[in-house]
Amino acid sequence: MDWTALVLSLELGAGTILVLLPIGILCGRALAWNRFHGKGFLEALLALPLVLPPTVLGYYLLIAFGGAAPIGRAFHDLFGGTLVFSFAGLLIASIIANLPFAIQPMQRGFEAIAPEVREAAACSGMSPLRVLWRVELPLAWPGIVSGLVLSFAHTLGEFGVVLMVGGSIPGETRTIAIAIYDRVQAFDNYAAGTMSAFLLALCLIALGITYMLSGRIGRRHG
Amino acid sequence: MSAIRSHRHPLARRTLAAIAWLLAATGTPIATCARAADDVPNIAAAADLKFALEQVIARFRQDTSSDVRLAFGSSGNFVQQIAQGAPFQMFLSADESFVFSLSDQGRTVDRGTLYAVGRIVLFAARGSSLQVDPDLNGLRAALAAGAIRHFAIANPEHAPYGRAAEQALRRLNLWETIRPRLVLGENVSQAAQFAATGSAEGGIIAYSLALAPELVKLGRFALIPGDWHAPLRQRMVLIRGAGETARAFYRYVQSPAARDILRRNGFVHPDES
Repeated sequence: MDWTALVLSLELGAGTILVLLPIGILCGRALAWNRFHGKGFLEALLALPLVLPPTVLGYYLLIAFGGAAPIGRAFHDLFGGTLVFSFAGLLIASIIANLPFAIQPMQRGFEAIAPEVREAAACSGMSPLRVLWRVELPLAWPGIVSGLVLSFAHTLGEFGVVLMVGGSIPGETRTIAIAIYDRVQAFDNYAAGTMSAFLLALCLIALGITYMLSGRIGRRHG
Repeated sequence: MSAIRSHRHPLARRTLAAIAWLLAATGTPIATCARAADDVPNIAAAADLKFALEQVIARFRQDTSSDVRLAFGSSGNFVQQIAQGAPFQMFLSADESFVFSLSDQGRTVDRGTLYAVGRIVLFAARGSSLQVDPDLNGLRAALAAGAIRHFAIANPEHAPYGRAAEQALRRLNLWETIRPRLVLGENVSQAAQFAATGSAEGGIIAYSLALAPELVKLGRFALIPGDWHAPLRQRMVLIRGAGETARAFYRYVQSPAARDILRRNGFVHPDES
């Protein structure tokens, strides 16, 4: 069992959902209640990582993050490091790849709040922030939690992008999925098997929680 | 239910009729294609052969009018796949131990043949400040000056070229210094890609890849002495059940014409090393 790789994956997952929590709430809420020009296009854009092969994202990141590209150079000038072969680069890749996994369940969560409830809250003189905190979030939380759980589990499983832009550096970019791959290549099927079983159990639990919560959204308004 | 209903739909009926007609009209060629595909064996080849073997196959097609289908990847991966019954008829490995391990599992016709010995080079992309020389003095200086942020090699845990790179770096007492700077390619092609695109300041890659036209224009390289690492003895083998075309190709790789191509692509013939 490669504990460094596991910890790295958990850190990557935690970092990803920390960034995606506010993004998911804002985007999910806006998409749930507003109709605007180009909404369909925006939703399609946000859903893209669901269907695109990870290699497409990996390819563009490799091009954009490399030493010769403007983004890669700007990052180097600002922070002194590089985006390829770094945790920061993986985090950015992971955030992009998980946008739909976070936003879509949260959007469903906000959509499930009855308009009368929101109107009543608005009429009672609470500030919008207070409405969000006291009324909307308590009602939408199953969607929010399942968005976070899905993103976290999906980050643990991310492989293609990491393989392309990571460089398998221990403690920096060698995630658990990459470690499994490396162990299989080195014919160490025992280590690969242990890590795979662990990841399988973890993802099963994560998905179990998600389905339990999404059942809850349905029941309340069913 | 819906499928049955759709048959009655005029448009669906017409579409089905068109498909049926197409199938009937092209029936013979499809059957021929299927048979021909059987005669085109799948061949698994180590990533360092990417450019050389494609030239060998082009000649093979001209000379024999037979054809083979190539899959390039990491030798370790192919061993796993072939051991699980992947439909490859021949395997060109970057390291002979992989061939022996398949042979021990009873997957191969025999113990195979050495077809080439690989060499490694120090490679730096055009924009890199790294000086490339065969003794790696430039690399030592750049490391001391802190000018190397990333250095690409193939993963030494499982890639033969990565192991050779590690051995050469250890021999020069550079291994411990360079270790925190290493980025590991999944195979030597990926290491070359990291070095050639300038994502890493330099790398140790296969001579055969450094000579490829696609890479020559991206950077400079220096050949590392062959006795600084265990020889990269590349062995090929026919997988049990290999057909006539695969056997013909196996012989062709050992022909003078193929040897010539391999030599021009940075492989030494086993007899000459």
